[in-house]
Amino acid sequence: MDKFTTLTGVAAPMPLVNIDTDMIIPKQFLKTIARTGLGKNLFDEMRYDQNGNEIKDFVLNQPAYRHAEILVAGDNFGCGSSREHAPWALLDFGVRCVISTSFADIFYNNCFKNGILPITLPKQAVDALMDDARKGANARITVDLEAQTVTSSDGHAYSFEVDAFKKHCLLNGLDDIGLTLEKAKDIDTYESKMATLHPWI
Amino acid sequence: MTAPKTIYDKIWDDHVVQTSEDGTCVLYIDRHLVHEVTSPQAFEGLRLAGRKVRAPEKTIAVPDHNVPTTLDRANAATMTEDSRIQVEALDKNARDFGVNYYPVSDVRQGIVHIVGPEQGWTLPGMTVVCGDSHTATHGAFGALAHGIGTSEVEHVLATQTLIQKKSKNMKVEITGSLRPGVTAKDITLSVIGATGTAGGNGHVIEYCGQAIRELSMEGRMTVCNMAIEGGARAGLIAPDEKTFAYVMGRPHAPKGAKWEAALAYWKTLFTDEGAHFDKVVTLRGEDIAPVVTWGTSPEDVLPITGVVPSPEDFTGGKVEAVQRSLDYMGLTPGQKLTDIKIDTVFIGSCTNGRIEDLRAAAAVLKGKKIKDGMRAMVVPGSGLVRAQAEEEGLAQIFIDAGLEWRLAGCSMCLAMNPDQLSPGERCAATSNRNFEGRQGRGGRTHLLSPAMAAAAALTGHLTDIRDMM
Ligand code: SF4
Repeated sequence: MDKFTTLTGVAAPMPLVNIDTDMIIPKQFLKTIARTGLGKNLFDEMRYDQNGNEIKDFVLNQPAYRHAEILVAGDNFGCGSSREHAPWALLDFGVRCVISTSFADIFYNNCFKNGILPITLPKQAVDALMDDARKGANARITVDLEAQTVTSSDGHAYSFEVDAFKKHCLLNGLDDIGLTLEKAKDIDTYESKMATLHPWI
Repeated sequence: MTAPKTIYDKIWDDHVVQTSEDGTCVLYIDRHLVHEVTSPQAFEGLRLAGRKVRAPEKTIAVPDHNVPTTLDRANAATMTEDSRIQVEALDKNARDFGVNYYPVSDVRQGIVHIVGPEQGWTLPGMTVVCGDSHTATHGAFGALAHGIGTSEVEHVLATQTLIQKKSKNMKVEITGSLRPGVTAKDITLSVIGATGTAGGNGHVIEYCGQAIRELSMEGRMTVCNMAIEGGARAGLIAPDEKTFAYVMGRPHAPKGAKWEAALAYWKTLFTDEGAHFDKVVTLRGEDIAPVVTWGTSPEDVLPITGVVPSPEDFTGGKVEAVQRSLDYMGLTPGQKLTDIKIDTVFIGSCTNGRIEDLRAAAAVLKGKKIKDGMRAMVVPGSGLVRAQAEEEGLAQIFIDAGLEWRLAGCSMCLAMNPDQLSPGERCAATSNRNFEGRQGRGGRTHLLSPAMAAAAALTGHLTDIRDMM
């Protein structure tokens, strides 16, 4: 996993609420057995028409946002299925950070496993950043994970909360399987204790 | 004396392997269910790192999402190339890593969330995970069950644990009894209508109250199945005599002395008097009507007697979302829900693909014919549900009424297999998601109960089941 420290980039505004994982990556693209290559189908049904041509109005098809690295999105982003293909598709497109008032739980967790930082901010802050994002490619938003701040193009900084462990893993690009395997002894102990206490499992 | 605990607190505490200073826990996982769509990259990750599956005996794999449900599915040509590769990858991974496996050819194959309980893999008090959001279904047994992403699938395969922080406690109480024609599906949709799809974010829901107690195990699974649609991490129901009766004698349920020991433990799984809930929602069972969804979010739910709402009825970001929904769904504000014409009926999925659901649909369809030109299919949740429905004569009722009688799988719930809607095609579905494109690009989905789906198949439009009783 790539580290995430700071990022300054173009933010695409997506004010729609409840953007679900089926919108982020429709199921016909889940038949892959790889993690990469999904970026071209990110938001597929909003991005392309029936014939596979780009829909001009869609934000990521507009010249200013074709290389967006940040999304500013409406409430409850990433609701729906557990498919990790959603963050894989975002990452493959080049999005490293999503900002919203709220995220669906599984999607939120999945982001951290893939070097994407989801940032939850109060409504007012998200509205302000949404307006900033609407200004196009010249309005670059800066995210600093260490300092836990998002700074709009006009220099206004917003602080955000992030779980300390998740932050640590993201800052250092750590694989948490490796970390857990260091605790193998604890898992052994738990298993032998439960073998006596709950022998039916 | 220890502080009073919720059932979630109790299960959580019994599974903590290790706690870090900041409250992050290593949580032990008792059952890991695996299907073909969200697991290939996880097994590949294990291979690349030279790791094994830590507890293959606690890992259960079954292909369900991609598999065709037509009777000729043994013929490889019924699957697209990429679907076939995914199912073959699961075959190979299950074999190479030695996990429990129900291949397509096995009569026990079916939707992972139906197979788990049916085979007795799911037991009260367990932690159950799967790379699938509807893992919440298993909460019906008083288990802590939730969906995980593929990286977490790999983590569980390698370590049999998850890194977790505890969620908050939320109580959803349904008081009193349901009225005739109202089902578990109407409860769960009505709860989402009341809380919104983000209402449960960060919480684990305990469903309780008389109306929940009165549900069968099948009904309870329907309720918990959609906890995720309300944003909750998981939903669960305290086990009781109905739970124990359902579990007893299942192939992987404990027997003899182990059964007695398990039972004694299971009986401690209830929320203590005075335990703290961070959020409480109460609905009166008598107030719940048969409901349908009109939009493209499961929270877009109304009693069947209602009319299509207008974007102006909403505020904030929802105004734009409703306008978009209505355009997508091809509906006009003020239109009566019962005037909405239906092209296709889908009865099945992990929400409503169990025997009781098929009985409810068959009771409505018995001796009748579906509307001319209607496409309707019944997809049982597992091979064993299918066999039982045949034995009970339900299959014949469906066939005589003009419905297709299919083999087990996810099918048109998410349309990864050939069962898909065409653009503009309108479907009454017993599944759990009405998202744009969920059942096929441009397809329009109305979620409802099996009895209501059967009623729509007969009349050709959304129908109040109570008018048929
Ligand atoms: S039936 Fe539908 S919701 Fe259930 S596991 Fe299959 S695809 Fe997912």
